[in-house]
Amino acid sequence: MIGVVDYGMGNLHSVMKALERLGSEAFLSGDPAELQKADKLILPGVGSFRDGMQELKTRKLDTFLTSWKNDGRPLLGICLGMQLLFEASEERGETAGLAFLPGRVRLFPAGNWKVPHMGWNQLTVSKPDHPAMFGVDGGHVYFVHSYVVELGDAAADVAHTYYAGMTVPAVVAQGDVWGTQFHPEKSSVVGMAILKNFLHHKGGPSRD
Amino acid sequence: MLTKRIIPCLDVKEGRVVKGVQFVNLRDAGDPVELASFYDREWADELVFLDISASHEGRETMVDVVEEVAGTLAIPFTVGGGINSLDDMKRILRAGADKVSLNTAAVNRPELVREGADFFGTQCIVVAIDAKWDESLRSWRVYTHGGRNASAWEVKDWAAHVVSLGAGELLLTSMDQDGEKNGFDVNLTRTVSQHVDVPVIASGGAGKKEDFYEVFTDGEADAALAASIFHYKETSVAQVKSYLKEKGLDIR
Repeated sequence: MIGVVDYGMGNLHSVMKALERLGSEAFLSGDPAELQKADKLILPGVGSFRDGMQELKTRKLDTFLTSWKNDGRPLLGICLGMQLLFEASEERGETAGLAFLPGRVRLFPAGNWKVPHMGWNQLTVSKPDHPAMFGVDGGHVYFVHSYVVELGDAAADVAHTYYAGMTVPAVVAQGDVWGTQFHPEKSSVVGMAILKNFLHHKGGPSRD
Repeated sequence: MLTKRIIPCLDVKEGRVVKGVQFVNLRDAGDPVELASFYDREWADELVFLDISASHEGRETMVDVVEEVAGTLAIPFTVGGGINSLDDMKRILRAGADKVSLNTAAVNRPELVREGADFFGTQCIVVAIDAKWDESLRSWRVYTHGGRNASAWEVKDWAAHVVSLGAGELLLTSMDQDGEKNGFDVNLTRTVSQHVDVPVIASGGAGKKEDFYEVFTDGEADAALAASIFHYKETSVAQVKSYLKEKGLDIR
């Protein structure tokens, strides 16, 4: 059973629909007691980092997610949900994140490119053997974001893309905490493959 | 590199796709969900649904269509037509659309763009601009109400204004080229694209695959939208994309 974390940050419908399409049983909740019953969690989200953290805290989901992560249970962050997994963001003032992964979130630098980074961009896979990448050897996925993660540990890079003169982390992972900067639920076959890999991933407390 | 996007546009009236779509292999060519899946399989990068319902009931039906489409489509889609308020935007986005497109309502009350962007984020708000060359302006003039009414806005000024209010993308239709199949209005597209720092979708005039190449290169468009050439199978999304790839453009 997949729990999709509802913390008021929109766009949950398309994630739920994608899970349904993949034949997965999923439920939506913002209640830690309910989410505790899930085997895996997905943290989606669209909006600002500051609002996202605030909404997590209001619902006591920050402490819940921390203990979830400490128990080694599988978690997938998508878009803003992925950025929240890092230590801090400069979006609308410095804000601390969940700090499950080392790194910071900053605005794309200004230059001869458009911000947000919006559209289909190509994946370069750094870790072809990672379980998230099963059956995925590149291909294009759909991004919409104005802020970008600067990894504190290059080992978390599973796949990336290039934009605005930067290497943009696209799939990140450390243990059973995974994240995608793009929207797998809107990324056609490649995105659905990555979502499926998370659903089939044998994670859990016994690992590591 | 970000790829250039190819976007088929579907006109929806009272919950059905209209405008003589010709798909022999489909069970029911008027079904938005089936057509959406068809274009998804053809590697369309995105879809636009334009609600042309005449009645309130028709617009309510659109919400059901959006919900159903969202359940089958694994690519982004935008819904436009008759969106006049923040409540309209909420209904469509909550039903599962990724973006809403505002046109006449934005000209009538530009603050609506800001309200939408503040509430949902700029990435959700597309402003559709219908533009027509105006000799007295020595530029293009913005029209509303499906091209029936001239506004006071010059196209560059209007584009910059809506971007400053929070439009995340512009859907720019050339009224001079629309339906002519003589190619996109490259000058109009380039003029607007150079003037703003958000993506510009070129629309109006697509007749053959070479037209897409021209508007992506000379026109500096980020995406190109077409309806009839895809619906009538004069060419396919896949054919256009493989041609553009051969020509060296970044295409998914």
